[in-house]
Amino acid sequence: MNQMTEIALENAITSAARPLDAKMRGRDVNVFYGAKQALFDVNLDIGERQVTALIGPSGCGKSTFLRCLNRMNDTIDIARIDGSITLDGQDIYDPKIDVVELRARVGMVFQKPNPFPKSIFENVAYGPKIHGLASNKTDLEEIVVTSLKKASLYEEVKDRLHEPGTGLSGGQQQRLCIARAIAVSPEVILMDEPCSALDPIATAKIEELIDELRANFTIVIVTHSMQQAARVSQRTAFFHLGVLVEEGATEQIFTAPSDKRTQDYVTGRFG
Amino acid sequence: MANQSPVSTEQAENQARLSRIRSGLARRHGRERRFRLYGLLAIGAALAFVVILFSMILSKGLPAFTQATLTIPITFDAELLDIDPRPTLQDGQSPADLRAADLRWQRDATMLNWNSIIEQSVRELTGDTQIAPRDLQSIIDNGERFKLRDAFVANPALAGQTVEMQLLASANADNWLKGNINRDLPDAQQQLSADARALADRLYEDGQIRMAFAWHIFTNVDSRSAPASAGLAGAFMGSLYMMLVVIVLAVPIGVASAIYLEEFAPKNRLTDLIEVNINNLAAVPSIVFGLLGAAVFINYFRLPLSAPIVGGLVLTLMTLPTIIIATRSALRAVPPSLRQAALGLGASRTQMVFHHVLPVTYPGILTATIIGVAQALGETAPLLLIGMNAFVAAVPGSPFDQSSALPVQIYLWQGNENRNFFEARTSAAIIVLLALMISLNAVAIFLRSRLERRR
Ligand SMILES: Nc1ncnc2c1ncn2[C@@H]1O[C@H](COP(=O)(O)OP(=O)(O)OP(=O)(O)O)[C@@H](O)[C@H]1O
Ligand SMILES: [Mg+2]
Repeated sequence: MNQMTEIALENAITSAARPLDAKMRGRDVNVFYGAKQALFDVNLDIGERQVTALIGPSGCGKSTFLRCLNRMNDTIDIARIDGSITLDGQDIYDPKIDVVELRARVGMVFQKPNPFPKSIFENVAYGPKIHGLASNKTDLEEIVVTSLKKASLYEEVKDRLHEPGTGLSGGQQQRLCIARAIAVSPEVILMDEPCSALDPIATAKIEELIDELRANFTIVIVTHSMQQAARVSQRTAFFHLGVLVEEGATEQIFTAPSDKRTQDYVTGRFG
Repeated sequence: MANQSPVSTEQAENQARLSRIRSGLARRHGRERRFRLYGLLAIGAALAFVVILFSMILSKGLPAFTQATLTIPITFDAELLDIDPRPTLQDGQSPADLRAADLRWQRDATMLNWNSIIEQSVRELTGDTQIAPRDLQSIIDNGERFKLRDAFVANPALAGQTVEMQLLASANADNWLKGNINRDLPDAQQQLSADARALADRLYEDGQIRMAFAWHIFTNVDSRSAPASAGLAGAFMGSLYMMLVVIVLAVPIGVASAIYLEEFAPKNRLTDLIEVNINNLAAVPSIVFGLLGAAVFINYFRLPLSAPIVGGLVLTLMTLPTIIIATRSALRAVPPSLRQAALGLGASRTQMVFHHVLPVTYPGILTATIIGVAQALGETAPLLLIGMNAFVAAVPGSPFDQSSALPVQIYLWQGNENRNFFEARTSAAIIVLLALMISLNAVAIFLRSRLERRR
């Protein structure tokens, strides 16, 4: 018992330094769009209850890798993937895996806020409803309120839960999308440049939120902002031309990268 | 001094650039103004045509909604009403026998000399003893005797009484009074005799003949022997039944096929072929669908000739491609971000389509439906080929009964030999058809605005 706490403590202290028990593992991931290869032999572990940032110049395959993690690439006709990606040790590309269940476990927040053209309440309630997570109306209401609170949006919208979600400001919409994603209680949340359409204040709010969510969720975030990666993530992976160049503790990537390309990128010499 | 020269060349370059932009500006604005002008001209021309069309139809058709009607005391002369009392249930008579006896009695009632009763009543009204019976009868519509019969059958106690009734003037009298016929034509070219014309004029001046609203246009069926009392009820119901068939069949089938093709079908040769064929079908002339309907529904499936069900099926075939194509383009216009949002939450494909994609396409689907149904409503050619131009003097009780349809009725009336009278009638029928279409559109606009507000 004592020993376990000690290990946990040590993990917490050094969590930035090495991946803990990997929640998800990518092995030799190659992705093709038609004849064009977008990812080359990517091997990357996503540590549990950590924020992993994916950085790299435009077109290097960050979004592609992110979409592999919840099989959103399935919706692109010409996309083909080989290699393996596991969630808790189970291959998510196994034919036995149901993508509906997978996406309930690995949620996603998109670059552009995309609330449903329905009320704020219905936006958040939709996921729990289709997955049958709430047994009755009060349950559902509670899930909605907790999710909105976790997404730090509740105070701003509590008086207009039944107004359209599309009537919120951009930053509020993005937090609504985060609330919608966490209402399903996923284990992993994928975020593809969640702040790129937002102003600095809304961005700061979301960064704060990501930091809080880390306690309960495993988060993978794609970002173009070095500062953001440095502020919110514990581990950072640098992609370049479809290749995973370097992965490590965020601090180390930004202060002492081992690869020349990483160094050039983080110091702003290209990209 | 040394660093002033680069600044001044920079200024000069700036000036040159600005003047180049400015010299182009006038041309750019000119082009924009011209384009706006063309747009306005096009809209103006379109509007002008619509206004001309509507004012022509209205000016021709509106007079047909009022018709010369004679208010006259009718004497149900007991002597002329030579008929037994209406049968009642006798001891030991079965209800079926009674019904047969009653039908026989009604037939006899129809055979009574109603024309003489009308003639006598008109003669009494005018006090003219000289005028020929034929002239007297010629100013009253031939179908009005049935009005007398119906009143008598409903109340046999009328025999020997005098009641005031409203009788339609004949089509010829209506023409004469409305000035649809040249009053200076010689007798030989007039439809009514000189006596009958004078009589009509006198009754009109005395206020016994008035122009009354012609409700019978909406309640009567078509008639050849009594053109003045011909109405649209049969054709209207026929069209309504066909609309019903089209809405019930074409909309669900069309929308479902569009959803399947757009959202679920694998993209391969077969679906490409289907897509090409649907596009081709949309361009097939409507008369071809009529031929197909005659061959398939009537010859093969033995559905009744001239029935709205067959018309509805043919129009369904014709409307399907329109609805499918428009629905697919509405589905295609849904932003991918909405689909991703649903899928990313773990919605299945079906849930994504039915919970998120379809609701935002309702307005588009509704528009598609209305365009398709309105097209079907106005279609004439295929209906001619399945016998819907047959003369049917009954309101269809179901889609399987013989009936006409509004556009076909317009076509038939347009070709009627009593041109003077039916020209206005044709325009009146067009007004009814247009009113039906406009109400259809109004319903669609209302539904769409409600759907859009809900979002
Ligand atoms: N749907 C697609 N079809 C074809 N090629 C694609 C598709 N999506 C991405 N690609 C290609 O795959 C490569 C990686 O794209 P990806 O979107 O993953 O880049 P990214 O790192 O997310 O870039 P950005 O920072 O600009 O978002 C690019 O060369 C891109 O052109
Ligand atoms: Mg991207």
